Amino acid sequence: MKRFFMTLLFCLAMAMPALAVQPSEVLDDPILEQRARDLSAGLRCMVCQNQSIDDSDAELARDLRVLVRERLVAGETDEQVIDYVVSRYGEFVLLKPRFSMRNALLWSTPAILLLLGAGALTIYASRRRSAAPSTLSEDEERRLREILKDPE
Amino acid sequence: MIVETGHFALVLAFALALVQFAVPLIGGRSGDARLMAVGGPAAIAGFALVVLSFAALTIAYVQSDFSVANVWENSHSLKPMLYKVTGVWGNHEGSMLLWVLILTFFGALVAWFSGNLPATLRANVLSIQGLIGAAFLLFILATSNPFARINPAPIEGRDLNPILQDIGLAVHPPLLYLGYVGFSVCFSFAVAALIEGRIDAAWARWVRPWTLAAWIFLTGGIAMGSYWAYYELGWGGWWFWDPVENASFLPWLSGTALLHSAIVMEKRSALKIWTLLLAILTFSLSLLGTFLVRSGVLTSVHAFATDPSRGLFILAILVFFIGGSLSLFALRASSLTQGGLFQPISREGALVLNNLFLTTATATVLIGTLYPLLVEAVTGDKISVGAPFFNMTFVPLVLPLLLAVPFGPLLAWKRGDLGGVAQRLFAAAGGALLAVMIALFLVDGTGVLAAFGIGLAVWLMLGAMTDLALKAGIGNVGARLAVRRFVGLPRSVFGTALAHFGLGITTLGIVAVTSLEVEEIAVMRPGDSLSAAGYTLRFEEISPYKGPNYTEDQGRFVYFDAAGRRIGEIVSSKRLYTARQMPTTEAGIATRGFSQLYVSLGDPTADGGVVVRVWWKPLVLLIWLGGVVMMAGGTVSLLDRRLRVGAPAPRRERAARPVEAAAE
Repeated sequence: MKRFFMTLLFCLAMAMPALAVQPSEVLDDPILEQRARDLSAGLRCMVCQNQSIDDSDAELARDLRVLVRERLVAGETDEQVIDYVVSRYGEFVLLKPRFSMRNALLWSTPAILLLLGAGALTIYASRRRSAAPSTLSEDEERRLREILKDPE
Repeated sequence: MIVETGHFALVLAFALALVQFAVPLIGGRSGDARLMAVGGPAAIAGFALVVLSFAALTIAYVQSDFSVANVWENSHSLKPMLYKVTGVWGNHEGSMLLWVLILTFFGALVAWFSGNLPATLRANVLSIQGLIGAAFLLFILATSNPFARINPAPIEGRDLNPILQDIGLAVHPPLLYLGYVGFSVCFSFAVAALIEGRIDAAWARWVRPWTLAAWIFLTGGIAMGSYWAYYELGWGGWWFWDPVENASFLPWLSGTALLHSAIVMEKRSALKIWTLLLAILTFSLSLLGTFLVRSGVLTSVHAFATDPSRGLFILAILVFFIGGSLSLFALRASSLTQGGLFQPISREGALVLNNLFLTTATATVLIGTLYPLLVEAVTGDKISVGAPFFNMTFVPLVLPLLLAVPFGPLLAWKRGDLGGVAQRLFAAAGGALLAVMIALFLVDGTGVLAAFGIGLAVWLMLGAMTDLALKAGIGNVGARLAVRRFVGLPRSVFGTALAHFGLGITTLGIVAVTSLEVEEIAVMRPGDSLSAAGYTLRFEEISPYKGPNYTEDQGRFVYFDAAGRRIGEIVSSKRLYTARQMPTTEAGIATRGFSQLYVSLGDPTADGGVVVRVWWKPLVLLIWLGGVVMMAGGTVSLLDRRLRVGAPAPRRERAARPVEAAAE
């Protein structure tokens, strides 16, 4: 229900559940159509919650799908199409945030954390090895095990 | 009257929760056994009161008592009985009541099963559990009263959201909450240990079953929710990286890390402080999830600001518990003693690696979920962080972890032999490579990446089987002895192997459906046919149908295999729920083995046809089947004698008792 409460209630209140891409929208050129689908999957349906225009059936999503296809047919590159859509709707429309200064924290966190974690572990391991009090020798450990061995 | 009784029981439960918090805590401080003993009965009575309250609300729903505002808003007299009952938690107030019901349920379980715990630890655990209960009961009473009446009572209710009128609502939220809230027990244990300033391997042994139980439920809840979204949404997506989904995935990730680090703590009494921190963080993420979902902050920071009363209340609870526990942690953690030493290449080392990757993955999902809120709050700009971000960051983080999984259980404690383990995994690696080859050359349309994905899944499954085979000595000892040893393996070994095997199954399903899915869209008129993935689908007719509280247009399809044999029928429909005038799509799904043919109806076209979308979803069922196998693994592990609290091995019973008494 958690999922449904926000996502679906909100989205369904806004958009009629039908189907996303309509047959009438599909381009004749399969390569161009595939590019349109890939681009659409990365563009947000502005009136839905967290749905791409490729999956949504809201009016606005349909308009955007058609717009993307028109631009592609006109011969624009993927970047040009994206830039155009962003200039009209803002960065909110991008499901994949841009690599910009503002998003630096977002994109770098995973790598930084992994490196920090690995670094901390390495330092910790080496420090413990050097700081560890003289450990028991193999022989002593064996004797200890014998002493501690369960009588059963 | 029943409704007022329910409300009154809730107030009483709040008062009792305060008693459960204060009295055992004071008893623990002063060493007064009588005060400490109050915790158990208070927890059980508190649970009984919340049950009473929950039952009162359920009765109001079953009787369609529309004088109760909550029932009026979310129910309808014509609604089938099942949805009348599940509708109780299909709304904000009711779901919070379910949250508290499950919280007090766990409190009562702790009280019931903790007889062999040291008295002060038990008192402190129950006290913290009482404090959490009090906070959320106060939240319900102050901001989300499900028992509010309206006068005059309306004749008819406004009905439950159609999307929620599904068997999924009966299963998904209770499972999810059992998981979410189950981690509160781990949290209470962690805080109790910090209050006492003492923690040992026994602590990990007491906490592990609770972690496992919560993890099993959360796994089930997430898998169930994913399948529900898959068939209900009408376009066959199974995971959306939606903030609400992430909210349940976060505690799962850190809970999985906790499960593994608790093993190290129990077996080798290392990683104590880290395990404690993970226990605190996991429940904190549960609380954060509750806040995100319940406050409306996800829709927009501004939407949150317009009606902040509920959001602020939960935020206050969040800050209090997370801030309080982390401060306590900062104060006390350094005084806790460190445990056993180990080499980097060892079982402990492998589990540390598991934790490193899982916590980084948790942090990645967390920052992806919160970043839009952060940016909006700071700069006022709105940005989106959607599936592409998570696919680019989360997936690369998890891949090395999955590759390493088969090594973990085979490494020895303290000091392992990586070369030796690699040798023993030779067969599994060979099998995985073979799978890559088969996928690459024999299955149409498999890319290199997909083939390696399939190889990875096979590697995980064979790795889990290798673990069992080696521990039973299959191939090294005689068949008879091997069977005996296999049967005699500890259940936790089976549990680990099953869970890792399930992970492989899920991986296989995900890889197959993402890379080999086939999709067809067409306008169809009765009699038209459409081919997808070797199946031919013929559209028979579209006819109206009337359900109890909806009308629908049912599209009937017949489908044939490649040889032209008729296999069966698929009914896919578009439904209109009359009370809310809300349409939904009911996808038609035919299962073939582990794969599914998924048919969705679209809008009618002007020339008498209808838009039809057909997907072939190869091995899609494995995604959730893997989840079920993981749950089975957890359950088997939970049944391990070692973990059954208060059930030492019978032979050792006499020897074990004095030690336990001494620990008290």
